[in-house]
Amino acid sequence: MSSTEVTETAPASDERRDALVARLGEELGDALIAGHVDAGRDVWVRVATAAWEDAGRVARDVLGLRYFGFLSAIDWLPSPYGRSLDAAIDLEAEPASGEVEQMEQGVTGGETRFQVFARLHSVTEHIGLTLKVDVPNDTLALATWTRLFGGANWHEREVFEMFGISFEGHPSLRKLYLPGDFEGHPLRKDFPLLSRMVKPWPGIVDVEGMPGVADDEGGE
Amino acid sequence: MTAVTERQQLAYIANQAADMRVNVELETEGMTLNIGPQHPATHGTLRIIVKLDGEQVVAADPVPGYMHRGYEKLAEVRTYPQVTTLVNRIDWLGSFANEVPFILAAERLMEVEAPPRAQWIRTILFELSRIGNIALFLGDMAVQLGAVTPVFYAFRDREYVLNQIEAITGGRFHPNFDRIGGLKDDIPKGWVAETKGVLTKMRAFCDELDELLVGNEIFTARTRGVGVIPPEVGLSYGLSGANLRASGIDWDHRRDSPCGLVYDKLDWKVWTHPDGDSFARYWVRLQETREAILMLEQLLDGIPSGPIMAKVPRIIKVPAGEAYVATENPLGEMGYYVVSKGDLVPFRVKIRSASFNNISIVPWVLRGVYVPDVITILASLYFILGDIDR
Repeated sequence: MSSTEVTETAPASDERRDALVARLGEELGDALIAGHVDAGRDVWVRVATAAWEDAGRVARDVLGLRYFGFLSAIDWLPSPYGRSLDAAIDLEAEPASGEVEQMEQGVTGGETRFQVFARLHSVTEHIGLTLKVDVPNDTLALATWTRLFGGANWHEREVFEMFGISFEGHPSLRKLYLPGDFEGHPLRKDFPLLSRMVKPWPGIVDVEGMPGVADDEGGE
Repeated sequence: MTAVTERQQLAYIANQAADMRVNVELETEGMTLNIGPQHPATHGTLRIIVKLDGEQVVAADPVPGYMHRGYEKLAEVRTYPQVTTLVNRIDWLGSFANEVPFILAAERLMEVEAPPRAQWIRTILFELSRIGNIALFLGDMAVQLGAVTPVFYAFRDREYVLNQIEAITGGRFHPNFDRIGGLKDDIPKGWVAETKGVLTKMRAFCDELDELLVGNEIFTARTRGVGVIPPEVGLSYGLSGANLRASGIDWDHRRDSPCGLVYDKLDWKVWTHPDGDSFARYWVRLQETREAILMLEQLLDGIPSGPIMAKVPRIIKVPAGEAYVATENPLGEMGYYVVSKGDLVPFRVKIRSASFNNISIVPWVLRGVYVPDVITILASLYFILGDIDR
């Protein structure tokens, strides 16, 4: 094919993606809090909570990112249950560090426990953008994107049941997958995975040898 | 003037009453029809609640979740190599294709690149999965419309493709073959020649279905103009793959962002159709299957020599970072948003599966259609339940 942009080594700068962030900054002003470009690969921005719907509208109408990829959320709380790989054999090979993990909010930073992020794409320019937004810890509520993208309807319902974040203005915010009387929000980090609690995982050390390499390191 | 007898009066009243009863029956009330969760048209257990006015659909509300397995949660307690076992089972008809974007995302975070030979074999398996997956759709769509024969051809011929996948990976449905940095194994002796024979059979299969269905009067009557999705609506719902290309949008991840796979070294084209109806979606998938056969012929002739694994540590720790990698899977765009904190396990994996978005448009597209077209439209959107529920 004609496309020869596939580069083995990432270029140091990325004009298209830098321009995308700059254009978004012009439109949103202070509401654009942070931008991060992984040159030649991807771009992230974080916008103010109040400007979430505006950011979506600008991305769709001004930047031409008309394709709605997905919308989801991240719970940045370090898991209170450890990494769930603490079989005796694993601890021997990979002792747990014992440090108390700090909450860090990824490549564009953040101030809250929950962040909602969405992926938009341009089908003509072939460029994708990940938008992130902080969800206030006290209200856990955000403006809906259903007025911008029809597809946001189901994605926001999924985030609602999995993380307990509500979307103001959503036409029918109810559970998508789980039964109506299910309690809790499974994708939150403090929601325990009970099957791991009752029976330890076989372990990470039980890995196969590399292909073509004699398995002399004692895999068996 | 004739006197009206009592008998005539009674007959008159009886007629009036009968008329009223008929009118009452003709005046239709809203009716709720429950399709699924166990219904052949749902490929698994999707339930759709349809509100009808006569024969017309007023509102449709799909209820997914009967097969929700919580892979996003489970991935948080598994090491990176263990995750491929899970994601195999998302779109179970094109399982190998599910592994690739996850592995590519992990490789991007680790700054590892698979050697050329591994990239070629990955692409070969990817396209074989596509043929195996879409072949079933090509037959299944016909059976939803009442033509039984094509589905038998589809099951028969898909088996040849599955045999080839099994010959490399050892698994017909769940290969679990992709590794960070390359592949588990090399291709066996004689496999290339055998696969070329299978491609000839699959090309004949496509021609057979083309003759059986595409020119068939009943098939075109039932699909043309049914379930039209305009391009703007498709984009707003995040439709992808053949569903979007059938609405005239010329976009394919394989051509436009071929990260990690070798599509840019092949000579092929992206098929689109301007109509956006059920027929267009069938037609585009048929052409894509043919295109995949064409690609495979070039791929099989050009496999470079060399190792199939890059140097990666035995116990894999992925550096902290975030990456989203999407590929053009048989059902549409499939991507993984991987957040790593530098540990053995991913911190968060968001699985963006194609069918989830493709089916979220159902309430929109079913409004105002007639009951028989419901099944046509569902079949033409082509979804796999595991790909909706994850």
